[in-house]
Amino acid sequence: MAKLKGAIVVDTERCKGCQLCIIACPQKVIALANKVNLHGYPYVEAVNEEACVGCASCGIVCPDGCITVYRKKVEE
Amino acid sequence: MAEEREVVLMKGNEAIAHAAIRCGCDGYFGYPITPQSEVIETLAELKPWETTGMQVVQAESELASIYMVYGAAGAGKRAMTSSSSPGIALMQEGITYMAGAEVPGVFVNVQRGGPGLGTIQPSQGDYFQATRGGGNGDYKVIVLAPSSVQEMADFVDLAFELAFKYRNPAMILSDGVIGQMMEKVVLPPFKPRRTDEEVIKQCPWASTGKPKNRERVVITSLELKPEIMEQRNIALQEKYAKIQENEVRFEEQLMDDAEYAIVAFGSAARIAEKSVEIAREQGIKVGLFRPITLFPFPTKQIAELSKKVKGILVAEINAGQMVQDVRLAVNGAVPVEQFGRLGGIVPDPEEIVEALKKVM
Amino acid sequence: MDRNQIVQPENIVCKKPTLMNDNNMHYCPGCSHGVVHKLIAEVIEEMGMEDKAVGVSPVGCAVFAYNYIDIDWQEAAHGRAPALATGIKRCWPDRLVFTYQGDGDLACIGTCETIHALNRGENIVIIFVNNAIYGMTGGQMAPTTLIGQKTSTCPYGRDPQLHGYPLKMADIAAGLEGTCYVTRQSVESVASINKAKKALRKAFEASMAGKGSSLVEFVSTCNSGWKLSPAKANEWMKENMFPFYPKGDLKDTTSL
Repeated sequence: MAKLKGAIVVDTERCKGCQLCIIACPQKVIALANKVNLHGYPYVEAVNEEACVGCASCGIVCPDGCITVYRKKVEE
Repeated sequence: MAEEREVVLMKGNEAIAHAAIRCGCDGYFGYPITPQSEVIETLAELKPWETTGMQVVQAESELASIYMVYGAAGAGKRAMTSSSSPGIALMQEGITYMAGAEVPGVFVNVQRGGPGLGTIQPSQGDYFQATRGGGNGDYKVIVLAPSSVQEMADFVDLAFELAFKYRNPAMILSDGVIGQMMEKVVLPPFKPRRTDEEVIKQCPWASTGKPKNRERVVITSLELKPEIMEQRNIALQEKYAKIQENEVRFEEQLMDDAEYAIVAFGSAARIAEKSVEIAREQGIKVGLFRPITLFPFPTKQIAELSKKVKGILVAEINAGQMVQDVRLAVNGAVPVEQFGRLGGIVPDPEEIVEALKKVM
Repeated sequence: MDRNQIVQPENIVCKKPTLMNDNNMHYCPGCSHGVVHKLIAEVIEEMGMEDKAVGVSPVGCAVFAYNYIDIDWQEAAHGRAPALATGIKRCWPDRLVFTYQGDGDLACIGTCETIHALNRGENIVIIFVNNAIYGMTGGQMAPTTLIGQKTSTCPYGRDPQLHGYPLKMADIAAGLEGTCYVTRQSVESVASINKAKKALRKAFEASMAGKGSSLVEFVSTCNSGWKLSPAKANEWMKENMFPFYPKGDLKDTTSL
């Protein structure tokens, strides 16, 4: 049976920590990292990437286009 | 083979319209105001959008007009507008934006009496507005001052040439006398509008749509970093210095043996021609110096002239504006007086002769 | 499944649009402007109009829009963008010409230019980001500020007696003969973003087909001006802005 597996890559220097991606994600993949970037913004990271299905909700709602979303069909 | 030249009788305002079409203007965007509404009316009647493809739009205001010019000229097209004093006052913001963004828009002021809503009768009261910049910041507009219907026709193409040569707004500073009077005029021959490819080639700085092989163009006067903004301003000042060096235009009549000079522009210069004639008949050796460009002002030439004459009368239909630039050029060498009428009254040649006697 | 097997170029399903360059955008965290910029970039690229698009940016937070989307731009004086767009489109009829304006730019100082460009049916698209406040200058009242809404120039809430009523520009635009497409959209959720993108594409295509003028309003947030977090600002918008500025197509004659 095929399953969709996703992964995200966050451009941490573009991220402003607005957290709209966290709210949009249906799988609770993303959280605010305990770090700041060079601009002083806290940024987000995938803390639960196992659950990511590559729906791209995060990337779509991100106002800064920080998130590249990958998705691959995987045979079980 | 002699070129066929059309000689016609028409108003100055009409000549502007005809000349615009003939010099390959791409767009006229204007608003009616007395005494220059004939410009847009003539264009509307001639329907150049059906012949040359030139766009003619009656905008919702003078504010909108100058910004339509800004948009089209910022995209490399020959775009112009016309108005009269209070309408030009509305356009000042657009003009300083064009100066700051280096957009070659062309506009015509057919001056009327002011201040404020003023009168519909002629005046030359916008000299300061034209040369000192009614908008904000350190900038200059190229100013051409026609004194005949022929010059109204000739200066449209000249204004565009200068505007594009220096990427600077250029204006034709006319007045209600020149705009409304009818004279014989030889209309310029038809020059086709540039093709889109020609515009793109000649104006790589314009916002014509970004091809892959260049950076994006941004037409803007905004720059928040002071170090960069200072450089931009210095570059503008250097440009104005070049214009000052290269583009001064003036005319002299009977100055060779003149002991006195009348300095006048536009319609005042036409009247002063007659004044010179009358004065000469009375035995006064006077000549006429007519600045044609008000920016760049013929400062050097007037300074030279002041070494040869005993006094200068500046005849202008206002309370004393160009006289300041004449005084700066003369720098105290000889007495300089000013004569003008206000409120839309156009002086008689005899009045100027009487005023001249005050200088003697 | 190794992560490296998923993170491969052929598996990309979402990324920053190609037409958006690498300049970091200056907008506040969570600002709707960023999403609208992305949609514009995506639609222009999908239409293959990268080399034919000319945008006109406003005075307002989006004054620097020209720094982010890699097309030719002109910076307009406050409110005058529709006039610039008219001049550009009239002289370059085969270009995709659009304005990008906020509520002060479009509905206050620029009301005249907005209405007349739309009513003349200029083949342009006016993009209206309406967040009911003046963001760039520090959060003053806008012509679209809601009754009771607090801003720095109506700190006790907008009062019709003192400040008059909010303006519904899309409704005005829909009543103008020159418009072919007037719509209100939003960009706070995946569903609304997908709808908004379709609306933007429709408007751009209508302008290229010579159908007349379009107004695409994006009901948006200003979390800085509203003094809310981005997430709370989205909630406030849904509760207060959507009822007053209802979403959907107010006019669509593009198929005629």
